[in-house]
Amino acid sequence: MSEELIPETSAAPRRGVPAWAQVIVWVALLSLLALVAFGLKRSQQKPIQVGDTLPDFTLSFFDGYQAMGKSDLQLSALRGKVVVINFWASWCKPCEQEAAAMQAVWSTYEPGGQVVFVGVDYVDTEPEARGYLKKFGITYPNGPDLGTRISQMFRITGVPETYFVDKDGKLAFAQIGPFTTEAEIHAIIDPLIKK
Amino acid sequence: MKRFVWVILAVSLLALGWAGRVAAQTPAPSDDEVNAVARELFCPVCENTPLDVCPTQACAQWRELIRTKLAQGWTSDQIKEYFAAQYGARVLAEPPRQGLSWLVYIVPPVLILIGGYILFRAYQSMRKPIAIEADIEENTPPSADDSYLRKVEEELKKRN
Repeated sequence: MSEELIPETSAAPRRGVPAWAQVIVWVALLSLLALVAFGLKRSQQKPIQVGDTLPDFTLSFFDGYQAMGKSDLQLSALRGKVVVINFWASWCKPCEQEAAAMQAVWSTYEPGGQVVFVGVDYVDTEPEARGYLKKFGITYPNGPDLGTRISQMFRITGVPETYFVDKDGKLAFAQIGPFTTEAEIHAIIDPLIKK
Repeated sequence: MKRFVWVILAVSLLALGWAGRVAAQTPAPSDDEVNAVARELFCPVCENTPLDVCPTQACAQWRELIRTKLAQGWTSDQIKEYFAAQYGARVLAEPPRQGLSWLVYIVPPVLILIGGYILFRAYQSMRKPIAIEADIEENTPPSADDSYLRKVEEELKKRN
């Protein structure tokens, strides 16, 4: 008889998790998964490809530097010009290899006004950055990449990296690593001016 | 006499100026003080490397920057804010309590609470059948078999 009683008690209605709590848990779980998926997708994004229109950014220069009479620069305002964006840092030894060449090439294009050189100082300390600019006599405008916003936008893989933007604001060429000669830089810029 | 007073005044002013300059100079922060701040920051270049142990030139520069800021009287929090503004929030060892970073602080405790609740429920459901069985055994009226057994026991007692 006791055997008959046990199934009766075990068949008693079980109190489950309330429906509203289940909904909240599922919504929270799905939101978390969506967030993780978004983060993974973002981390796996490729660098900007040749032919892509570059995202707009504003760079504030170090004191003493100017471009077109202004102490900052907005990329979208430079349409119609060839723009050379060089990422560098004072602690970066390979950057030193190309610094003199970059300045020499800039000095040949500066009078023409068709080409704009911009230096973006990546995760650096200002005194050392200024020392670097002084050491290599760099006169084209340079500024710090505050919060690494610009380098993240370009998804750079290190320094030095140089991006050449055509007159339509599209990426024409990306140099990963240092240039070794001035001729290499001229060979990229000259066709873009003629285009 | 007048000249003597002027000399005394000039010497006093010079002494005051020198004393003021000495008082304004704070001792250079020690490596331990610098590393205490650097420990709470990560190298912006080499991933997952705390700034106090990072061997690169870039990190050495940043540690010197911390030393300079400490010498200028900046607090640890001010230095961390400066680094976050310059190099992004990713350099902070502890994520800032703002925006999506709040999830880092909210999600783990919530998951632990949910896990605890699930364990509690599982424990309860495991204990219930035993308790019910015990309850049933205690409260069950003597069955026919029991009365038979009782009679047998009584008979045995009489015979003994």
